[in-house]
Amino acid sequence: MTATHDPEIPILIEDLTVAYREEPVLWDVDLNVPPGALMAIVGPNGAGKSTLIKAALDLVDKAAGRVLIFGKPYIEQRQQVAYVPQRGSVDWDFPTNALDVVTMGRYGRIGWVKRPGKSDREIALHALQQVGMEAFAQRQISQLSGGQQQRVFLARALAQQAQIYIMDEPFQGVDATTERAIITVLKDLQADGRTVVVVHHDLETVPDYFDHVLLLNVKAIASGRVSDVFTPDNLRATYGGRVDALMIGKGA
Amino acid sequence: MDIFTLILTDYTIRNVVLGALVLGIVSGTLSAFAVLRKQSLLGDTMSHAALPGVVIAFIVTGARAPLPLLIGAMIAGLLGTLLMGVITSQTRIKQDSAQGVILSVFFGFGLALLSWVIRQPGAEHAGLNKFLFGQAAATVESDVITMAVIGGIALVVIGLFWKEFKLISFDAQYAKTLGMPIGRLDILITTLIVIAVVVGLQMVGVVLMSAMIVAPGVAARQWTQRLGVMVVLASLFGAAAGVTGALISSAALNVPTGPVIVLCITAIVMVSLLFAPERGIVWDAFRQARNRRTLLERLKHEPKPGGAPLPKGAYKP
Repeated sequence: MTATHDPEIPILIEDLTVAYREEPVLWDVDLNVPPGALMAIVGPNGAGKSTLIKAALDLVDKAAGRVLIFGKPYIEQRQQVAYVPQRGSVDWDFPTNALDVVTMGRYGRIGWVKRPGKSDREIALHALQQVGMEAFAQRQISQLSGGQQQRVFLARALAQQAQIYIMDEPFQGVDATTERAIITVLKDLQADGRTVVVVHHDLETVPDYFDHVLLLNVKAIASGRVSDVFTPDNLRATYGGRVDALMIGKGA
Repeated sequence: MDIFTLILTDYTIRNVVLGALVLGIVSGTLSAFAVLRKQSLLGDTMSHAALPGVVIAFIVTGARAPLPLLIGAMIAGLLGTLLMGVITSQTRIKQDSAQGVILSVFFGFGLALLSWVIRQPGAEHAGLNKFLFGQAAATVESDVITMAVIGGIALVVIGLFWKEFKLISFDAQYAKTLGMPIGRLDILITTLIVIAVVVGLQMVGVVLMSAMIVAPGVAARQWTQRLGVMVVLASLFGAAAGVTGALISSAALNVPTGPVIVLCITAIVMVSLLFAPERGIVWDAFRQARNRRTLLERLKHEPKPGGAPLPKGAYKP
């Protein structure tokens, strides 16, 4: 076993390149997400943030490179990883309620043909409690607000009881209550030794919410502890000139 | 003799009712999934694409036995779906255009073959053209048994893979991260929709069978917020329309069954769109009117923030 197959490293990405057509969306990206990290992936629009996590989850094809989860290919480690997609990726006018959606997080462990049992319902209910949504368990999902839908998706991932949580823009267009609820859950997961990777778009909150960061713009500009790599120079390299007004005056 | 005695005793009517029942239940159940997966028009493509399969199976076997014809229909329907997948994945043509291309090419080829076969001498091909608009009165016992066995298999498969079909209908990408083989599940559910189409071909015909893969699901969605209830309702709506339409069609001679069944399911859809609680048009209009009244009432009584109360008649409904 080589050093790169270290079973202690939750996510190790090497030489990852993805191209939808001629132009690469991701170019030769390396990333090491250490155990217990709460990592933000930031970068301008079109930087490949969502593509990076989708490639890690085998949802898009890689042109080159590999992704190791605790030292093994993702396909052998699915049970360790829970995904929270963007809220807008599904049609919420589906005939089901919040508890049922959260119970879907158990489907990967139930196995073929079998139905979710009592213990699966209890785990799902507990996950809804963790995101402050237990009162909405029986609510039809199209009648939930955007923030509540986002929390249902987070609860579904919690019901997977995974070691690694990968989230695509969970704070996009949510209310303040939801943002607080999500960040509480993320910090709890981290305190529990889990690893969390979040595609994020609000540079201002990066130092408050996260301890690790990846600055991405097709290439990985920098990654590591927020205190080390979230610097004006790196931000400028990631965003071009546009970042000056946003961040640098704040001494980030 | 009243209608129930007739259904129990008359050979033709019994076959018609049982056949329409099977057809309605199977296509209704699958229509719920087709509608939720936004594949409403898939049934349209498949049923039209099935026609050349029916005719070729007849040419090959030289007989009008139900099973070979239905297998021919199934193969042609699946081939059409497969080609559609190839077109959308290998070219920049979008799903709707690909469906249009497959539907017209297969159906046109089927019609050409059919008119050639019908012009041939001999009596074996009599009734082959009932596959266009369907003919319930010609249903015999072996047809009903074939339909029930094929349809029954489809329903059992749905029961077995219930949670998988539910999840890929709601969030296929997430299902993939859980390790579900979404490509194979997609082929499986598409095959089941083809089966539902094929089960109804003899009675409803290729031209209008597509309605049975859309309408029951659309109507059922109006009445419930639970997938299980929606699927059961859709199969009941399908069965009700199937039986009513088939009975009317066999009672009034020379009326093809397909159009009558489609008119019945259309009536169910209209009632559902208008009157279903929560989602119906009438319900919605009523709720909006009530909201407007309560808001106007509150406006009259509550003072403007920091200002004097509104003068009477300032806001007219």
